[in-house]
Amino acid sequence: MTNPFLLEIGVEEMPAKYIDEAREELRAKLEQWLNDHRLSYGQAHAFSTPRRLSVIIEELAEEQENMVEEARGPALSIAKNNEGDWTKAAIGFARGQGVDVSDLVEKETEQGTYVFAQKEKKGQSTANLLSNAVALLTTLTFPKSMRWGSERLRYVRPIRWIAAMYGEAVIPYEVAGVQSGRQIEGHRFLGNTVVLDHVHDYEQGLLREHVLVDPEVRKEAIRDQLNMLEEEKDWSIEKDEDLLEEVNNLVEYPTVLNGTFDERFLTLPADVLITTMREHQRYFAVRDNEQNILPFFVTVRNGDHRHLENVQKGNEKVLRARLSDAVFFYQEDQRRSLEHFLEKLDHIVEHESIGSLGDKRKRTAGIARKLALRAGFHEQEVSDGTRAAHLLKFDQSSHMVDEFPELQGIMGADYALKLGEKETVASAIKEHYLPRFNGDDLPSSDVSALVSMADKWDTIVTSFAIGLKPTGSQDPYGLRRQAAAIVQMVDHYDFPVSFEEMLSVVIQEVEEAGFSVNVSEVFTDVSDFFSLRLKALLSERGIAYDVINAVLFKPYGRLDTLLERAVFLQDMYDSSEMKEVAEALGRVNNIAKKVDAPNVSAPEPEVFEKDEETKLYHHYEELKEDFSDLLEKKEITKAWEKLVALVPVIHHYFDCIMVMSDNSRLRENRLNQMAHLSMELNRFARFQELVL
Amino acid sequence: MNVQEVILHLQDYWAKKDCFIMQPYDVEKGAGTMNPMTFLRSIGPEPWNVAYVEPSRRPSDGRYGENPNRLYQHHQFQVIMKPSPDNIQDLYLESLQALGIKPEEHDIRFVEDNWEDATLNAWGLGWEVWLDGMEITQFTYFQQVGGLDADPVAVELTYGIERLCSYIQDKENVFDLEWQDGFTYGDIFYQPEYEHSMYTFNIADLDMLKQLFITYEKEAGRALEEGLVFPAYDYILKCSHTFNLLEAGGAISVTERTGYIARVRKLARKCASIHYANREKLGFPLLKEAKEDAGS
Repeated sequence: MTNPFLLEIGVEEMPAKYIDEAREELRAKLEQWLNDHRLSYGQAHAFSTPRRLSVIIEELAEEQENMVEEARGPALSIAKNNEGDWTKAAIGFARGQGVDVSDLVEKETEQGTYVFAQKEKKGQSTANLLSNAVALLTTLTFPKSMRWGSERLRYVRPIRWIAAMYGEAVIPYEVAGVQSGRQIEGHRFLGNTVVLDHVHDYEQGLLREHVLVDPEVRKEAIRDQLNMLEEEKDWSIEKDEDLLEEVNNLVEYPTVLNGTFDERFLTLPADVLITTMREHQRYFAVRDNEQNILPFFVTVRNGDHRHLENVQKGNEKVLRARLSDAVFFYQEDQRRSLEHFLEKLDHIVEHESIGSLGDKRKRTAGIARKLALRAGFHEQEVSDGTRAAHLLKFDQSSHMVDEFPELQGIMGADYALKLGEKETVASAIKEHYLPRFNGDDLPSSDVSALVSMADKWDTIVTSFAIGLKPTGSQDPYGLRRQAAAIVQMVDHYDFPVSFEEMLSVVIQEVEEAGFSVNVSEVFTDVSDFFSLRLKALLSERGIAYDVINAVLFKPYGRLDTLLERAVFLQDMYDSSEMKEVAEALGRVNNIAKKVDAPNVSAPEPEVFEKDEETKLYHHYEELKEDFSDLLEKKEITKAWEKLVALVPVIHHYFDCIMVMSDNSRLRENRLNQMAHLSMELNRFARFQELVL
Repeated sequence: MNVQEVILHLQDYWAKKDCFIMQPYDVEKGAGTMNPMTFLRSIGPEPWNVAYVEPSRRPSDGRYGENPNRLYQHHQFQVIMKPSPDNIQDLYLESLQALGIKPEEHDIRFVEDNWEDATLNAWGLGWEVWLDGMEITQFTYFQQVGGLDADPVAVELTYGIERLCSYIQDKENVFDLEWQDGFTYGDIFYQPEYEHSMYTFNIADLDMLKQLFITYEKEAGRALEEGLVFPAYDYILKCSHTFNLLEAGGAISVTERTGYIARVRKLARKCASIHYANREKLGFPLLKEAKEDAGS
């Protein structure tokens, strides 16, 4: 026999952004508990509104499954004597286990045959166990929790009711002074208390009291109403998914309504209108079919259709005040000169020990310029990138960004254009914040990417210079994310400057800006820091550990080619060609290790004793000619083919030549040859690292 | 309903819910929370229910009386209940009904908003209450006050009187609100708004204010040495207001700002812990009375 189980906790309004996770956590914990307790059940449905989290377990068995417990006794040789009768040892064991000695069973184990006592443990009744499931409510974790009244418990918000029912029966339990029962609250203003006779009545009972308790059903209801409104008015409503999710977690009974605002506010940039409406009021913006913003907004009320005009009027009034403020700030800002904004940046502190945003933009401009020159940008690009970096974050001193921080960059671009800056410069100011998170858009041009990289490089190196390194879960300035962003941009734009060159340029700039930098320490620390980022990024892309080790070693060189080589090796991983190449080249690398690499002198062809040496030397010379070039141009396949061609030459060499000759002159020359060849091969990978 | 009727209704309502009706405190302050009837009384185990109007000064919000929503001084209606009652949300909604606002005819929301005051070393969790999209009340369960854990927890309701009235009276401009029939908010407050803004942004002697801050800070410290919490707290409030004037006058850089806040916070923390010790020495008198009430 089975019954459904309901667990609902009623709280004062939870923060919208906590609800989805808390609901899923409750479901998962309940299911885990049921499994741990050998309770069979059908489906688990989770529900939530701003005021409640709940789970219904369908077809929950009335009893635990029975279980056989086994206890190992003495070895058979000890349990029975030669006549096959039970010994004292066996009788004692059986008594201790509370079973009859005749019920002991013999079983083979790895250590030989033993006797076992088997006891059937009868499952307990579910109703008796379920109060422990109710107790799970107190184990939910929230980003922020609180205390209230005189209660000791910390919870997301004060607990107001708990319903715990198994079929028709209440499962009694108390949390923070609240006794569980069969009563749950309906809509705060439109509903009454629901007294459940049976778990089956849950959803319908709440619906009668104006609560759509299933979050998916509620979201669909909002979406349907939005669609109907679009059709009716011939609008296109910006159905921002995050906003829809948030709004869904702010209401129990959604009714979509719309309002209007004065057309004079349409002089504000679309981003300002959308942001003001979304961030401050949770409104959806409305566009026409040509994507122009219309002077309307759409919002979702927590209630029904009655007196909707009050709600509309109130919301219009609030929006009017907000937009009036925005217009005021927008106009104030436009009365200012660029110099005014830039001068004010000197008074905005980035970090006490790093300095002001004014200092930052100067350093960043220097970095951007040097990187652009190294990358061989055209003159125009160099000057655009430097200009954008020079104006970096100037909108931080504007009224608009002060009021709406999420408009940073957007306002900067808008004002820059109005102040006569070029389109490229304006969009670099806007896009230098990108990518803000893993999977975000990248800057849309290489000038924007250059500025974004310069900004991030500056943050990383200045932070390391003053000893602010991310540790464990501590990364308050998001340096890991910024390092990952740099790698992504280098990769996407084939930025042709090696990692080490970039880092040196940045350290130099930071030093010239007056930081006392322990150059070699910062260089090493930042390199190691990037190594971890690169490893993470490579394994995210499905690159195996040994492949990562084969390509990721100091100096890293160009990061874009490093990634490319890793992907190539990973693709080739299971091929026989790969096995052959790795084996042959690994031999070279292994022998080359015997030489002190940095001080190795060039092999001298006149010392060669055998043809194979000369032949390998010619191949080496030929490889050297364009191998690094091919790699930089990402002609990975061509570079690979060169390596493949080397394989028979190398094998032949080792067949005929003993590197560790007794003749020291020959030996040293051969080792030198190996070392030089190995250095060249390492441009592709350290093949000896591959575990094929 | 004019402004003073709104205030009278709220006072009447909360008086019936066993709150002491107090008067505004006579030292300048930025928020009703800073009134000692809230800050000091929400510390420690003694029960405490109080309601009062607080004129709150925010010098940097001064706009010469030209902005329809921003004011140098606005009015808060403040309610504190300790320990927070289980039905506090219902009590609050009922207070709106007392003002003629029927929840089912509007859209009332409790939207997450956490509160923190760095100078008071106080924070709490709660909501801003939205009435048809307008924030009319800040609703906070104190978690820490003066660096001490709130135990039991006090709940604070702060109604924005001007916001609420502009909704009730359907006015766009705060200066058009009717304070009493026939007299507007502007009749009473336009001139002080203008003059305070003028003073704050153009006239204030910033060097003198910096000196005053130091003087007040010292005096607060001296009073605390003697265990005299209430006079010390008055000087802490004066420090806070002086700091606000200095900031509005542009006399404080961002780095300095942190330093000033830390100095006020240090005093507030000390004040809080001495106040707790003083009440403890007295045997938390209000706690006893509450128990006797319960017993009788």
